[in-house]
Amino acid sequence: MDNNQEKPMPVPQPESDKYWNGLKKGEIWIQKCKSSGQFQFYPRSHSMYNVDGEIEWVKVSGDATLYTFAIVHLAPHYSFSNDVPFINALIKLKEGPIIPTNIVDVKPDPKNLKIGMKLKPVFVDTGQGITLLKFKPA
Amino acid sequence: MANFKRLKNLSGKASIVGVDESNEIGKVPDKSPLALHAEAAINALDDAGMELSDVDGLFTAGWSTLDVAEYIGLQPKYTDSTSVGGSSFVIHVAHALAAIAAGYCEVALITHGQSGRSDRAPVPKDPGIPMVQYEYPYGIIGPPASYSLACSRYMYEYGEDKTRQAMSEIAVSTRKWANLNPKAYFYEKTMNFDDYHNSKWISWPFHLLDCCLVTDAGAAIVITTPERAKNCRKSGVSILGAGEGHDHSMISQMPDLTQAFGKVTGPQALKMAGIHHKDLDLTMIYDSFTYTVLVSLENLGFCKPGEGADFVANQRTSPSGEFPLNTNGGGLSYTHPGMYGIFALVEAVRQLRGEGGERQVPQCNLVLAHGTGGLLSSTSTVILGNA
Repeated sequence: MDNNQEKPMPVPQPESDKYWNGLKKGEIWIQKCKSSGQFQFYPRSHSMYNVDGEIEWVKVSGDATLYTFAIVHLAPHYSFSNDVPFINALIKLKEGPIIPTNIVDVKPDPKNLKIGMKLKPVFVDTGQGITLLKFKPA
Repeated sequence: MANFKRLKNLSGKASIVGVDESNEIGKVPDKSPLALHAEAAINALDDAGMELSDVDGLFTAGWSTLDVAEYIGLQPKYTDSTSVGGSSFVIHVAHALAAIAAGYCEVALITHGQSGRSDRAPVPKDPGIPMVQYEYPYGIIGPPASYSLACSRYMYEYGEDKTRQAMSEIAVSTRKWANLNPKAYFYEKTMNFDDYHNSKWISWPFHLLDCCLVTDAGAAIVITTPERAKNCRKSGVSILGAGEGHDHSMISQMPDLTQAFGKVTGPQALKMAGIHHKDLDLTMIYDSFTYTVLVSLENLGFCKPGEGADFVANQRTSPSGEFPLNTNGGGLSYTHPGMYGIFALVEAVRQLRGEGGERQVPQCNLVLAHGTGGLLSSTSTVILGNA
């Protein structure tokens, strides 16, 4: 049964439209606090580092390293039942922020994954008006 | 910043006088979650020698107190639906202490009921919230997926084999306690190390036997003034210290994956109570996963970061060990409907009263109970003692 269409899809909010629209074009736009120079993920209405400060959107390369991973064997929602086992991960962008994602193009075995390994972005069109940002080994 | 001068004044200003579960726990498909709330509430009031009409403060999580009060038939003058995951009920104890000491209410009722196994109407999450927007689409959904990401990082920092050994020690020792608790889901089912290692993967690094149960159950707690406690059916248990807080909601926003907020709430609760770790007779730690126990022991200051494996080695936390931990069999082997925190408190009170039966900890006078909620997001610690 193809239950892919029933996967939870993000409902972009006003402050995250730019992020999700960017992914559709194969671009990663992240917020940066102008006064502290720090990046933040996910997009917010204000800087987490200086609430009076300005934020700007910066296009980044998506170069990243693996921060942690887990290999999902029991689907956490029925819509993922055709996908198990798959790799959940948190990755650290070169610019600093940590992003939740999946690692693709690797057999889902802990032996194939090393925390700290270099990653590059993969843009996955869901066919439902949303492009997801996944990663694979660089 | 917590004002310890005022907190120390608050220490002991309220007592737990009633605790109980719903009539049945485990598989209870013929009762709704609200029915489990009501049943547990009536049982706990009976344990205290009180009636529904005595209650003037209501605390619950997962549900609004509006719905719970209406269903049970209460008109509370103090209401608190603080809902930050399974730690919420531990937080409610602290809130009830403050409310009673301030004079807002005199008899506080904390209720919980959840049909984790049999619910006919589970509530979907708002698709606009950040967790659903940024984690759910990737399948980072729910506690096993999220806690396993934290555990994997812990293994990277402190060693996979050592961590795995610790997780197996916790699973096996907790089951041994459950084998002494007739109310435990796994009362009659033993577990050895091979069972642990051979259990299927849920979300690597978690085996099935790293994960808590999913059951149907209710529980409730009654708290009142020390004065009124004297007229209750059983002697009251004093609320001596408390701490609460949270530092993220979804797992990818956790500031340090190997350190939960217990590092703040544990020391605060101990300091408020004016006691040290060595004074404790029993520790009750919310065990959503074996890993949660390991990291909580470190966060609470029983040992240093990375030393949890040595702390639990050689079945030290089992009935034959020197550090009694989760004597009811925990969320891993006794019951876990979804938000377990209240059950850790129920067991703490039973042990302090000497009602532990076969699993009774000798001379149990001071207990630390610690809840973790959400995705390692919130914690609350309380110190309970015999007056």
